[in-house]
Amino acid sequence: MLILTCPNCGLAVEETELSPGGEAHLERFGPTSSDDAFEEYLFLRDNVKGVHFERWRHAYGCGKWFLAARDTATLQVFGTYSAQTKAPPPDILAAIKKGKNT
Amino acid sequence: MRRFSAFAIAREALRNHEGWGRTWAKRPPKARYDVIIVGAGGHGLATAYYLGKNFGITNVAILEKGWLGGGNTGRNTTIIRSNYLQDPSAAIYEKARSLYEGLSQDLNYNVMFSPRGVIMLAQTHHEVRGYKRTAHANSLQGVTTEWIEPKRVKELCPIMNIDGPRYPVLGGLWQARGGTARHDAVAWGYARACTDMGMDILQKCEVTGIARDGGKVTGVQTTQGDIACDKLGVVVAGHSGVLAQMAGFRLPLESVALQALVSEPVKPCMDVVVMANTVHGYMSQSDKGEMVIGGGTDGYNNYTQRGSFHHIEETLRALVETFPMISRLKMLRQWGGIVDVTGDRSPILSKTPVDGMYVNCGWGTGGFKAIPGSGWGMAELIAKGHSPLTEAFGMERFREGRFIDESVAAGVAH
Ligand SMILES: Cc1cc2nc3c(=O)[nH]c(=O)nc-3n(C[C@H](O)[C@H](O)[C@H](O)COP(=O)(O)OP(=O)(O)OC[C@H]3O[C@@H](n4cnc5c(N)ncnc54)[C@H](O)[C@@H]3O)c2cc1C
Ligand SMILES: [Zn+2]
Repeated sequence: MLILTCPNCGLAVEETELSPGGEAHLERFGPTSSDDAFEEYLFLRDNVKGVHFERWRHAYGCGKWFLAARDTATLQVFGTYSAQTKAPPPDILAAIKKGKNT
Repeated sequence: MRRFSAFAIAREALRNHEGWGRTWAKRPPKARYDVIIVGAGGHGLATAYYLGKNFGITNVAILEKGWLGGGNTGRNTTIIRSNYLQDPSAAIYEKARSLYEGLSQDLNYNVMFSPRGVIMLAQTHHEVRGYKRTAHANSLQGVTTEWIEPKRVKELCPIMNIDGPRYPVLGGLWQARGGTARHDAVAWGYARACTDMGMDILQKCEVTGIARDGGKVTGVQTTQGDIACDKLGVVVAGHSGVLAQMAGFRLPLESVALQALVSEPVKPCMDVVVMANTVHGYMSQSDKGEMVIGGGTDGYNNYTQRGSFHHIEETLRALVETFPMISRLKMLRQWGGIVDVTGDRSPILSKTPVDGMYVNCGWGTGGFKAIPGSGWGMAELIAKGHSPLTEAFGMERFREGRFIDESVAAGVAH
């Protein structure tokens, strides 16, 4: 069972308490943008085999969103961080580089 | 290739079965092929087969990183049906279903196609309306399906409890000519027919790079060396995103785990396939007597070929109400596959931004049933550059907003 720590309430919770929300750090585009940008935002995904930055919601808990770095080929979790971030923070990147969880 | 026949069986019986030979040939790769297909699952092998059979293109190699049929083709629950809502889907799935009817004869290999009938249960009023609509659409498309009342459902599948309490059976969409087939045999049969036409099947040959020159594909890098080609067909299901990345573009899909499980074998008690989309579960009985059960996908990206255990519990919990007898069964095995799910839940059979490179993917949770039709259309697309069967499934549809919205018809994995 996947266990992630919600950075909002600090609890380490099992995946049954969470809702997955797909790839993180997507740039949002609205109706006035080009077709290309809109397609990118809505449909195109990196779908990486490796470290994936992704959104989760602590649905059956505090209800808040957060982000996680998780390897899709091993299920190793490198850490979780605030949803109010545009890019993965340095401690998460360092953990990935070291191959260890934060 | 030695043909299978009653005479051959008699002959081999008299000489200790020593004359059967290999099912497919083992040869080293050539330096160049007209067409390279990546992925020896059902869709890749069928594509190669119809390239040879329908278009006479036989200088073809099929490259497989693992073993032939070891991907989703060897992991699915083998449900075959063509009762979809949208016209392009009905066309390709019905082409596939009708090819399945004659496939054993065509390949001279028993794929054990069993048209035992498929019921899709309606357990909410929303589903009643949805399936009646599908039945009407199917009759316009020339696909034989029928709306049936609860009494008929019970007659077709007596082990079912149709009275609820939470999800009473309100009727069903019945496709009498749907059913199941032996998944491994489909891969093996196509592989045997491909090598018989002189094609090469290279196992343990992983594609690690895609060579291009001026926007055109020129070959692939593999764990068995570089191989050149004129055209490249990428048919790798869950790994499609990885291959697209090698060629410098992205696809509108994500890879997630889908699981299935089987019970201990019991005496024959169910001779139809039943799907219950509202509770996210479906079941049939294998020839060995095991109850074959599947459910929904995990919600997060995954390449590990195993899924979350709680999904199994949820699937069984849901099915026990409709099939009370399974509460007494022991479950024997569980496994997972990595399925490629697109934005509109329909497949992609398409040209790509790289000239000469084609993709066939996005079959997600339900592509076993489509193997012959997909191979037929994909072969035409590669040979001629277009095919009526694949036309609506181009990857540009996401950009243009021309979705093939089957998310209702494919709401559960099957
Ligand atoms: C549990 C489960 C139940 C299912 N139930 C049903 C069902 O009841 N009915 C139905 O119609 N469908 C069902 N499906 C879906 C169905 O199995 C798939 O849609 C179908 O098998 C896909 O076939 P394929 O040939 O495209 O892919 P695969 O069989 O997965 O073949 C792709 C191949 O590509 C190879 N490959 C990947 N990367 C590389 C590389 N770099 N180099 C070389 N080779 C590579 C893989 O090893 C693999 O063998 C189910 C799937 C699962 C997982
Ligand atoms: Zn929380």
